[in-house]
Amino acid sequence: MIVAEQKPIDEIKKMVAPYQKLLILGCGTCVKTCFAGGEDEVAVLASALRLSFKKDGKKIEIEEKTIERQCENEFIQEAASCVARNQAVLSLGCGAGVQDIARQFAKVPVLPGLNTTFIGVQERPGLFTEECVGCGNCELALYGGICPITRCSKKLLNGPCGGSQNGICEVDPSVECAWQLIIDRLKTLGQLDNIRAYIPPKDWRSSNSGGPRKLVREDHII
Amino acid sequence: MKTSPSNLQKTLENGKFAVTAECGPPRGANVKVVRQKAELLKGVVDAVNVTDNQTAIVRMSSIAASAHLVQMGLEPVMQMVVRDRNRIALQSDILGAWSLGIKNILCLSGDHQTFGSQPDAMNVFDIDSMNLLRMVKNMRDNGKDMSGFELNEAPQMFIGAAANPFADPFEYRVIRLAKKIEAGADFIQTQCIYNMKRFKEWIRLSREEGLTEKVYILAGVTPLKSAGMAKFMNNRVAGMDVPEDVIKRMEGVPKEKAVAEGLKICLETIAELREIKGISGVHIMAIEWEEKVAEIVKAAGLQK
Ligand code: SF4
Ligand code: SF4
Repeated sequence: MIVAEQKPIDEIKKMVAPYQKLLILGCGTCVKTCFAGGEDEVAVLASALRLSFKKDGKKIEIEEKTIERQCENEFIQEAASCVARNQAVLSLGCGAGVQDIARQFAKVPVLPGLNTTFIGVQERPGLFTEECVGCGNCELALYGGICPITRCSKKLLNGPCGGSQNGICEVDPSVECAWQLIIDRLKTLGQLDNIRAYIPPKDWRSSNSGGPRKLVREDHII
Repeated sequence: MKTSPSNLQKTLENGKFAVTAECGPPRGANVKVVRQKAELLKGVVDAVNVTDNQTAIVRMSSIAASAHLVQMGLEPVMQMVVRDRNRIALQSDILGAWSLGIKNILCLSGDHQTFGSQPDAMNVFDIDSMNLLRMVKNMRDNGKDMSGFELNEAPQMFIGAAANPFADPFEYRVIRLAKKIEAGADFIQTQCIYNMKRFKEWIRLSREEGLTEKVYILAGVTPLKSAGMAKFMNNRVAGMDVPEDVIKRMEGVPKEKAVAEGLKICLETIAELREIKGISGVHIMAIEWEEKVAEIVKAAGLQK
């Protein structure tokens, strides 16, 4: 999923301050799963803002709405009438959601209520970890299903740096060394040979380094 | 055009025990600092490593500081990390370095920028140190850049890599050494050695794989100044292993004798290293303590 977290309330207040009628728009997919932008979070944020603005003596009407996905027009249109009666939208979708909402409603300011952080998983309750940077050419088969591009702090492709100690990454004591994990797993799978040979430099053209990416699916064009 | 090989290469090829030291460029543009450090090392060692924004702190570039050493008649080992430059910048700097008379290069990943003075920087890591080794080798042996373009003059670098026998996972450290040799390393400089037992085990395994026949290994040493330094290095410096008995030994002497004791340990280590088959030299890392190098070299009987 796309993992995100809510921006600090003060930052949100500053962004929405110019408006008297605001729609807080939640998203029911990834950001709901990571407790950042689902229906519940929309409700909590709306009350917090109402209360806080009331204390400040500022008048603001806040409407709440959550759609299934902010990155799919079919769902976005469900929010069209709500958007129409407000001056601005505070989107609790990921960065893609915010932009897709903005794309559909050209004349309405759409503001980000979340900081989109990474593509990841909930490793255990309350702990989300980054797993993939979307490099566009997946090499997980080679590395036993653990991504060194994402999970090694130095993106090393040819084995651990000299700072790997007791399974911990030198960069941050709370981070596991991806290479220790890769080696352990390849040993278990009997595939250590995968990383014995020299691995050439990565071709980053498939990544964001090659510019914004597009995917055309001829079979889905109508 | 064929240029004569570096001193370091000649020393090692002639089977002489090599000695290298380290010179960290200043945090500023003053060349005098480089010259002062260089004076302390001139005629004392075979080559001097010039660090590349070590610990991710902005310093005079390793290429410029190396060029100053060349001018002074010292031989630099230019360190190059892949943290700050992509493959385009790396290749360009290698060509520039060669044109300035720099003949040795040490290919490294580099300390992560979060350790440094500007943790807000974006890192590069376009290629890794292994890829860098192969790149320099291809430039030298095939005279081509990474795109396959024929260079009008190939940089004939003597290529070095680092190895840390004290990092984990231990069993992969020998595989990694083999990979570095295959990628292009002519010589290796190791992490500072305090844990002799583990170092000997690593060398034994490397010997068994025939690796010590394929590469010159310079064993790293750093004289300890105090018990505090020993503990700090063990606990706080990534990839460093200072065993309990070394720390105890430093703690066991009065403060004013700590430097002497550190030196003694360093000399004992060098003596022991010289007896190990497969060790071709020592790399003395006396960080901001360059004046000690001559003393160590002399006391160890390694004068040039
Ligand atoms: S190799 Fe690329 S696509 Fe695969 S997990 Fe890593 S970053 Fe994602
Ligand atoms: S310690 Fe491991 S994860 Fe961290 S940078 Fe080194 S190899 Fe990568």
